[in-house]
Amino acid sequence: MKTEQKTIMQKSKLGLDFSKVAKAKETAQHIADGVQQFVNNYTTVAVERTLCRLIGIDGVDENSVPLPNVVVEAIHEIGRLPDGVLAFLGNAMIATGLSPQAIAEKIADGTIDITAYPAQSATNIAAVLKPFVDAAVERIRNNRKGREDMIAKIGEGAKPYIYVIVATGNIYEDVVQAQAAARQGADIIAVIRTTGQSLLDYVPYGATTEGFGGTFATQENFRIMRKALDEVGLEVGRYIRLCNYCSGLCMPEIAAMGALEGLDVMLNDALYGILFRDINMQRTLVDQYFSRMINGFAGVIINTGEDNYLTTADAFEEAHTVLASDLINEQLALLAGIPEEQMGLGHAFEMDPELKNGFLYELAQAQMTREIFPKAPLKYMPPTKFMTGNVFRGHIQNALFNEIAIWTGQGIQLLGMLTEAVHTPFMSDRFLAIENAKYIFNNMQNIGDEVEFKSGGLIQKRAQGVLDEALVLLEKVEKEGLFSALEKGFFANVKRPKTGGKGLGGVVEKSANYLNPFVELMNCNTAHR
Amino acid sequence: MSTGLYSTTAKDFDQTLDLTKIKPYGDTLNDGKVQLSFTLPVACSDEAIEAAKQLMYKMGFDNPQVVFYKELTAGYTFFNCYGNVSHTVDFTQIKVQKVESATWSMNDTDEFIKKHIGRKIVVVGASTGSDAHTVGIDAIMNMKGYAGRYGLERYEMITAINMGSQVPNEDFIKKAIEVNADAILVSQTVTQKDVHVKNMTELIEMLDAEGLRSKMIVVCGGPRISHELAKELGFDAGFGMNTYADDVASFIAQEVDRRTKYK
Repeated sequence: MKTEQKTIMQKSKLGLDFSKVAKAKETAQHIADGVQQFVNNYTTVAVERTLCRLIGIDGVDENSVPLPNVVVEAIHEIGRLPDGVLAFLGNAMIATGLSPQAIAEKIADGTIDITAYPAQSATNIAAVLKPFVDAAVERIRNNRKGREDMIAKIGEGAKPYIYVIVATGNIYEDVVQAQAAARQGADIIAVIRTTGQSLLDYVPYGATTEGFGGTFATQENFRIMRKALDEVGLEVGRYIRLCNYCSGLCMPEIAAMGALEGLDVMLNDALYGILFRDINMQRTLVDQYFSRMINGFAGVIINTGEDNYLTTADAFEEAHTVLASDLINEQLALLAGIPEEQMGLGHAFEMDPELKNGFLYELAQAQMTREIFPKAPLKYMPPTKFMTGNVFRGHIQNALFNEIAIWTGQGIQLLGMLTEAVHTPFMSDRFLAIENAKYIFNNMQNIGDEVEFKSGGLIQKRAQGVLDEALVLLEKVEKEGLFSALEKGFFANVKRPKTGGKGLGGVVEKSANYLNPFVELMNCNTAHR
Repeated sequence: MSTGLYSTTAKDFDQTLDLTKIKPYGDTLNDGKVQLSFTLPVACSDEAIEAAKQLMYKMGFDNPQVVFYKELTAGYTFFNCYGNVSHTVDFTQIKVQKVESATWSMNDTDEFIKKHIGRKIVVVGASTGSDAHTVGIDAIMNMKGYAGRYGLERYEMITAINMGSQVPNEDFIKKAIEVNADAILVSQTVTQKDVHVKNMTELIEMLDAEGLRSKMIVVCGGPRISHELAKELGFDAGFGMNTYADDVASFIAQEVDRRTKYK
């Protein structure tokens, strides 16, 4: 089976030169290594809040400020964050005999000063934290096993997984829509977050019923939806995956909450927040590492956001930037311990419908992405930019998109809605989208096995050309370094300063005493699972 | 649903065009044919189909036909329907508030600016508030443009500054002052619970408070924006669906010229 797959990969339908692919991956690896050297020396308020959450700190104070924020702020405001929250919590736990949660509550009450306890040795701190650290690791490991067992027991949908969105703003209404979608054939339900959540430097608490254009990502909302999908999964005899958004200023916190509540898929791009949310690049790159480490350990499939490039840049002219970014995202993810099988690298069907042979170019790019990342469950995004109020044409655009997906073996198909650009999906829109996909996936099931591409033809040349251009771009980025490349606007034509953007105030260089036992336990590159 | 083709032919109505009484056209003048689809929150049953028909009667349809139905999930049934609408509209009495400018090509607009204004027009655009979508503002401003219409960045005589998404109104105004903008463009894509109205109202209030409102052309756009809504909120113009960069550029050029003349 293994060797068979290898032959398939190396016999490119596109006449791709795999030595160029290897060269591109090596170049991307150098770029990622350069970033990692920086990342290793820094932590952020979000990473530290994540550690609080992992060792069991949850809830809010009387002003609705989450306790992880309360703890981290208490340490950050006196400039001691370089030592990390766990050192201070460890000191306090030894001195008081209290749990992390009890200490957090007392900090919130103002009854204790977390920084006032005598400093303990690293060994003692590690020992007092160990039961809490182990409990988190165990819970996440059990969630992962729970998912695997459930899939073994009831099965799952065939790839491409059908991915649909719910976005009512009210988690209980989302449940109704999500269960309906699962019954109609969806394999992955993504709960879109409320507009602007990515820019909040905290994660809201509890079940929520008010959101704009989406629903707050909270741990309680995760739990409610997980339970609903498990119920409907048993009913339809198919495991239904839950997706949320590990992006913005709380990237690793959301990863931890998702891991603790059994989420399956997370949007988790290394560069997206920098380019499209103007989040500081140092902040995002440090945050992405820890968030991805958690996702890797939790068996979560990450989705990257290259499709977004094409909503600003042109899908034909800028295809190579998508590939280059996929390659960088892949290497950064590997460093964080995410196996290829969990990498939903992104791309999108965004060619101008007026473009002559646009379908052929799309086909070339999708097949190219498939061949370059043979094990990745590629995430393919539907047309959005060229969707109009002509819902009838929109339905056809989505059909073409579905044809390419089945033809080129995409992993995760984010279904297009015929009313994209008009309104949030009606229940019937989702039905029509799933019907469209199922019809095409079934009717064209083996077209990829049957059809080969003309040697030296338009499709082959297109794919080869995009790979060549991506390689040139990667070499340029390698020479520049990723930080500098982002400052100069190499990606999506967006320029971001290294010391600009949101969240920079939450980045600190680690001290020699810094402590984070989870890296050792969770990074799949080092951890024994 | 294989009950045979639904005949769209009805024989006994007046087939002459009367603009005081227009109605939809299917394949014959005045047949009043309309297609529509909707979901009712009830399980699929004969009663559900009857309910769909009765609803159509209430909407003013004669001869309602349910041509497709399907229970989407327990308790929700989807219908595709046809009917002959009985209502008419007096087309001769219609008045619509719209942007009073001619739409020119990019070259014509550039030429006009050169000749009549004699300097580059400065335009600042953004998707403001919590709205994270750049698709609208990009369609209007990016070099590449949208649907074959080049964006404002491509115009020789326009300096276009695209601030992207999630721009607070304060920052937006600050930038407009800094670059001495002739016009500012606000894009609003997210419109749930009318968040766009709140945000656009706030912008106008802030401009008023700063005494800037009359000094700049203030334009908004987005899929749910109409010129009428824009005027109501205190904007100079609003551009909704099916309007493009050339519509916006032509309007701004003509408006700058008008304001220069009548100052």
